[in-house]
Amino acid sequence: MSQTPLIQILFLSVGLFFIGMYGLLTRRNVITMLMSIELILNSVNINFVAFNKYLYPHQLEGLFFTIFIITIAAAEAAVAIAIIINLYRSHHSVDVEDANELKW
Amino acid sequence: MNEYYVALIPILPLASFVLLGIFGRKYLKEFSGTIGTLALLVSCVLSLIVAKSYFFDSEKINGAYQSIVLMNHTWLSFTPTISIQIGAMIDPISVMMLVVVTFVSLMVHIFSLEYMKGEERFATYYAFLGLFTFSMLGLVLSSNIFQIYMFWELVGVSSFLLIGYYYEKPSAVAASKKAFIVTRFADLGFLIGILILSFHAETLDFKLLIAKLTNLQSPEYLSITTGSFLGISALTWGLCLIFMGGAGKSAMFPLHIWLPDAMEGPTPVSALIHAATMVVAGVFLVARLFPIFSNTEAALHLVGYVGIISSMFAAIIACTQTDIKRVLAFSTMSQIGYMMFSLSMAKYGGENGLGYLASMFHLFTHAFFKSLMFLGAGVIIHFVHNNDMSAMGGLRKYLPVTNITFLIGCLAISGIPPFAGFFSKEEILTACFHENKTMYWLALITSGVTAFYMFRLYFSIFWNKEAHVHGDHHHEAGWAMKLPLILLAICSIGAGLVPFGQFVSSDGLVLPTHIDLGFSALPVTLAVIGIAIAWMLYKNENSKSSAIAVGLGGVYTAICKKFYIDELYIFVTKKIIFNLIGRPAAWIDTNIINGAVNLSASVTAAVSESIKGIQSGRLQQYLLYFFGGVAALALIFIYLIK
Repeated sequence: MSQTPLIQILFLSVGLFFIGMYGLLTRRNVITMLMSIELILNSVNINFVAFNKYLYPHQLEGLFFTIFIITIAAAEAAVAIAIIINLYRSHHSVDVEDANELKW
Repeated sequence: MNEYYVALIPILPLASFVLLGIFGRKYLKEFSGTIGTLALLVSCVLSLIVAKSYFFDSEKINGAYQSIVLMNHTWLSFTPTISIQIGAMIDPISVMMLVVVTFVSLMVHIFSLEYMKGEERFATYYAFLGLFTFSMLGLVLSSNIFQIYMFWELVGVSSFLLIGYYYEKPSAVAASKKAFIVTRFADLGFLIGILILSFHAETLDFKLLIAKLTNLQSPEYLSITTGSFLGISALTWGLCLIFMGGAGKSAMFPLHIWLPDAMEGPTPVSALIHAATMVVAGVFLVARLFPIFSNTEAALHLVGYVGIISSMFAAIIACTQTDIKRVLAFSTMSQIGYMMFSLSMAKYGGENGLGYLASMFHLFTHAFFKSLMFLGAGVIIHFVHNNDMSAMGGLRKYLPVTNITFLIGCLAISGIPPFAGFFSKEEILTACFHENKTMYWLALITSGVTAFYMFRLYFSIFWNKEAHVHGDHHHEAGWAMKLPLILLAICSIGAGLVPFGQFVSSDGLVLPTHIDLGFSALPVTLAVIGIAIAWMLYKNENSKSSAIAVGLGGVYTAICKKFYIDELYIFVTKKIIFNLIGRPAAWIDTNIINGAVNLSASVTAAVSESIKGIQSGRLQQYLLYFFGGVAALALIFIYLIK
């Protein structure tokens, strides 16, 4: 079984990271921004797994860290969605530009 | 003598001022006149009691009246030797002034009951009168030179308030400002003079000051005479500067410019402040420090020259003025000039002190006849509703009491026997005759001119053309206005018969006054000639006076314009001081000082304007900065810090 070279996996994770960042910076919709954050987290997860596999194949810290991140991302998503629901209830919108009462 | 009597004399007007000032306008409007008048009545009676007990019952030492200091409390203590005391000094001139001030003030209070009736600020008017009377009484009772300075300023303030009483009139506002600024400028000299004297003498107390600076062997005297500036000794400088303050208050040339304008105030106020009391404060001040002045030739000469110049100058101007109050104002200035140069003709003690006695005597009689004439002018203005002579004439039929009393006043000021002015002028002329012949002749001419312009005024008001009285305003004033006129007229007749030398003299000893018929013939003749000329020119309506005015041409115009002194002041202040000092100062203020402040503000504003875009409040913009920062740090760590 031929191994995928590490460099290709890193291209994938860098691609995912910048797609996520692009989404986070350009979208006004809070839900899209949340999804973009998930993309960034996943790119990080891929890095952890890839480096664990290629650099220290006999250890498991990278994998455990990935599982931690997935768990915390789930909790974070729950909190974020709760905030979004409240935002929608009070503003009837999920656009970040509309929630500007505390600005200035 | 009970010292509480003395304390009550100034405190009663003060109480009236406080009461009427706080509650007058709202609650006591109807009674304010009565309250003020009653307070003054009590003060006046107390003054007479004090005068009686001082002159007749108090103990004399070697036949001389002693000056007594009552209630001397230390108010401010600077060093163990220099402290400011508040006390009451009782000596012949202060007792004399107490009587004059309270009596004239009482007359003015009574007169104003009717004159000011119906004024919106009736209570305020009486409050101000109370403040003035309090300050003036405090001034004459002052036991030290700093106390006199404080009351001096208070008098200035109350004069300012009363001149500007009709504050809706721009001319009254301008006049009050002018009076305040001119006298304040003069008081600057007074203050510096006080500092010079007290610095060398190390005391502010009048008695000690006089004792130290008249003792030619005392270290203080040596120190003040050896210290000199521009070749003039410190003592002379100090006295001249103190006299500058006195000259400002007494409207002496060239600081007289405020007095004619001060006539914008209510007429009874002019009678009280600008005729009888406040304007003689300068004379009083010189008299108070007279033992020191009499030792200092140069300062005394200054007093004399300023006095005689003011006297002649004002008498000449008074001949051309047509506003009756201004004529009286210039005549006041002229008479005060008389008092001033009379003081300069005296030496301390004995027969040589005749000039001092004469000056005080003239102050005493002048207060009565001049306030009489001002109150008379008040009645006339009340009747005619105009200040100008041309609107008057033939009023003798309508104002009989005013006619007679005004005539008495004019005869008194002209020096016709047996009216009061004759006696006091006689003493002044006698003193001049023995001291300085030039002064004597100048004074004599001035007295003739005085008779002329006073009767010009009298004939123009009461005779001349027929009166055109219109409307239903045909009655003369009521008793509140007539009574003061009559009382003051009695005083104007009787005050000269007071044996003044018994009471007031430079050293407290009795100095007999004498009337020499041969000597008095000349001044009386001159006065009669002056009256006769006025009779010819003004008794009946004719064009002789205007023909003379035309004949004099430019000279007449110059006199009529008061020798352009006001214009000169305006030129000096507006053109020279404003342009050379005021404008550059204003330029520096607007461009350099303001500019520096504005520059720092505009720099701050520009910087914050340019960077405020960073804090937009947009979450995603912040995120971009954050990621940009992280990327930059990453690059730095990867490539620069290996």
